[in-house]
Amino acid sequence: MIKRLLGVVPVVFGVAFLTFLLVHAVPGDPVEVMLGESASSADRMQLQADLGLNQPIYVQFGVYLNKLAHGDLGVSIHSKKPIVDLLAERLPATAKLALLALSFAISIGLPLGIIAALKVNQWPDKLANLLSLSISAMPHFWMGPILMMVFALWLGLLPVSGMESGTAIILPALTLGFGLAAILTRMTRASMLEVLHEDFIRTARAKGLTEYAVILRHALRAALLPIVTVLGLQLGSLLAGTVITETLFSWDGVGSLLVESIEKRDYPVMQACVLVVAFFYVTVNLATDIIYTKIDPRVRFAS
Amino acid sequence: MSLKYWSVWVLVFWGLAAIVVSMVGFQPNQIHLDLILAKPSFVHLFGFDDLGREILPRLLAGAQVSLLVVVLVTTITASTGIMLGLVSGYYGGWVDRALMQITDVFLAFPGTLLAIAFAAVLGAGLSNLILALCVTSWVGYARLTRSQVLSLRQRQHVMAAESLGASTLRIMLKHMLPLLAAPLLVEATYSMAGLVIAEASLSFLGLGIQAPDASWGGMLRDGVRYMVIAPHYVLAVGLSLMSLVLAVNVLGDRLRDYLDVRG
Repeated sequence: MIKRLLGVVPVVFGVAFLTFLLVHAVPGDPVEVMLGESASSADRMQLQADLGLNQPIYVQFGVYLNKLAHGDLGVSIHSKKPIVDLLAERLPATAKLALLALSFAISIGLPLGIIAALKVNQWPDKLANLLSLSISAMPHFWMGPILMMVFALWLGLLPVSGMESGTAIILPALTLGFGLAAILTRMTRASMLEVLHEDFIRTARAKGLTEYAVILRHALRAALLPIVTVLGLQLGSLLAGTVITETLFSWDGVGSLLVESIEKRDYPVMQACVLVVAFFYVTVNLATDIIYTKIDPRVRFAS
Repeated sequence: MSLKYWSVWVLVFWGLAAIVVSMVGFQPNQIHLDLILAKPSFVHLFGFDDLGREILPRLLAGAQVSLLVVVLVTTITASTGIMLGLVSGYYGGWVDRALMQITDVFLAFPGTLLAIAFAAVLGAGLSNLILALCVTSWVGYARLTRSQVLSLRQRQHVMAAESLGASTLRIMLKHMLPLLAAPLLVEATYSMAGLVIAEASLSFLGLGIQAPDASWGGMLRDGVRYMVIAPHYVLAVGLSLMSLVLAVNVLGDRLRDYLDVRG
């Protein structure tokens, strides 16, 4: 456990270094890129000093790390506000969206995968396979418009975009959730199929347990282990997906903040968004590893 | 089943379309002001876009960009990744630890996030798009090659070659690489599907190909804007993209089963 925790340290350091390089190694003069060619020389000097660009690069990185360690992500060039405040404004919306998408994915993918495994090579399995294949081929910027067209424009059930009404979260969450649901369906099916052939399932059936208990309490519990790992890894694609999904649905989260900062050439904000998402992803993967050791009796008793 | 090889046919179609568009004098940027957002007809299969340009030739031009990006990025990242993986897996030690540490850092950025950030900093355009995708997509090849080499090192034919005094380069290229071909081919196929989506994502965000040049991502963005009055636009682009990605993924599944690659 401690070894795993320590293993994250160089990764976090590397992530900080790479995001630092992103902005500080911009080809050409970053100040000119950010302010445009028409900026006054006073503004340029100011920004250059703010970013510490007149110092050698290793000093710059040291300053950057020191600020990071104190929770200081710098100041937005565009709005002049501290970036920490900007992120704090936007994070709850993204967290809400991601959590709802995750619960959609689990509540669609898990049952579908179980049914596919139980009816292997029959029509429910084939249908689930067709669905998950097609959905895997639909990036968020194509899934989103389809859902918008069907549920908002044609059926008029849900708002097209925005955040005003309470139901506005459903379409972006579905857009994000479907892709993950497709992967989850395939994983659950494969994992369940492996477990269903095990001896302990035969024993459970021989004991005269109901099929319901055999499937959910005995088979699913054992099948969940690899699924948890995949879920942790795939949460990353969900997080990356928020960039396009939030932009598409005008959802004011970290993803749309990233796109706005790119459009305004507000690189410190962009850097902070990338950094926060990467840190979060690393943390989730670490948590997945730890949960894995907690729920797998083999690993738990070995250590 | 006669439809068994449909994925191959779809790929052949898009491949040929992409090549044909550069040879025949298609004019994807030609504007017909009287046909703005005109609906599909038998003469103009997919209709017209918001500037009165015919959608079909633009789709083909977009396919060409996709193909170019996918081929270039795959060639560059696969050869770099395989080389790094071979060296790392074969020599082990600090080289291996350092490389794995670097790949861990790259893997900490989920999905296309790092490519988006790189493309944003580098600026728009085809060559920067390719550069951003190259920087971020070599990792998979390196990790896969390394893990395979680690197990290959224990194989008898490799040990035999070593004890016969074969050079390291010869062992890597003649005794290991041929056995790596199958899993790498499967990895490359899936990675190509990912690249098609990544290129479209970047162009969708305005970071890739710039107007007036056609790209599927940029066309999708415009299509979404006119979704209410002209749904044929977004549908034509979205379905094209989906058909290509689906075909590549199915081909990947087939290859995996045929070549018996696990995982």
